[in-house]
Amino acid sequence: MAETLATRTVVRVQAETFDTAAETLALTEGRTDLGAVVTFTGLCRDEGGVLASLEIEHYPGMAEEEIGRVVEEAKQRWPLAGVTVVHRFGLIKPGEPIVLVVTASLHRTEAFEAASFLMDFLKTKAPFWKKQHLSEASSGGWVGAKQADDAAAERWKA
Amino acid sequence: MKALYFAWVRERIGKAEEEITPPQGVKTVADLIGWLSGQGEGYALAFENNKTIRAALDRAHVKHDAAIENAREIAFFPPMTGG
Repeated sequence: MAETLATRTVVRVQAETFDTAAETLALTEGRTDLGAVVTFTGLCRDEGGVLASLEIEHYPGMAEEEIGRVVEEAKQRWPLAGVTVVHRFGLIKPGEPIVLVVTASLHRTEAFEAASFLMDFLKTKAPFWKKQHLSEASSGGWVGAKQADDAAAERWKA
Repeated sequence: MKALYFAWVRERIGKAEEEITPPQGVKTVADLIGWLSGQGEGYALAFENNKTIRAALDRAHVKHDAAIENAREIAFFPPMTGG
C-alpha cells in the first residue's frame, strides 16, 4: 500500500496582513520530495480609482470551519503535500492582499488544480462579505455575489 | 436559540445577534424566516427576498427546508463575497 502523503495544513482568518514567502516556506521547509508549489494571492483593487477601502465582515468560527471543509475536499480530490489558506477581515486598502492559497504537491497539475478549486469554493462557501467604501462622498455598499463565481465553483462538480 | 445576522441582513435588522424563542410550530429554517419576518419592519425588509438569504445551523450551511431541531445557533446572511 502506498504511503499516504502527510499534508501540512494551515487555515487562518486574521485582520493583519500576511507574508506570502514566509507562508510558502512554512509548507516546503525541510522537504525534498516536493515538485510544485502554487501560490495565489487575491488583492484589493481600486476599481479604477474609485475605491477607498474594502470592509470585510466574517462569521467568526464558521469562517475557519468552512475553509477547513473546503480544504478537506481538496485533499480528497488531489494528492497534496501541503495546503495553506489565509483570509483577512476588517478594513483593507487597495493594493493590500486579502486572501492567500498555497498548495504543494509532487507534480504541478494537482497543485494548480487544487489552488483553483480552493479559490472557487472559498468565494461561494466561506462566510465573508465585502463592503465597498468609495473615495467620493457616496457610500459604496455591499458587493453582490457574482453568477460567474457560482459557475466557476459549479464546473468542479462534473 | 441564538440568532446571528451578517452584512446587510444585520444592517436591516439593526443588530448582530439576539436570543430568540420561536413558537412550537416553527420546525424548519423557512418557518423561522417566516416567523422572524413578522417581528418588525427591519426583519420584514431583511427577509423580503427570502430566496436570496442563506442560512447556517451551528456553523454549517443548510437549505431552507432543513429542520432546526436542537440547533443552538442559526445565522442568516446574503450570498458570500469573500476571496
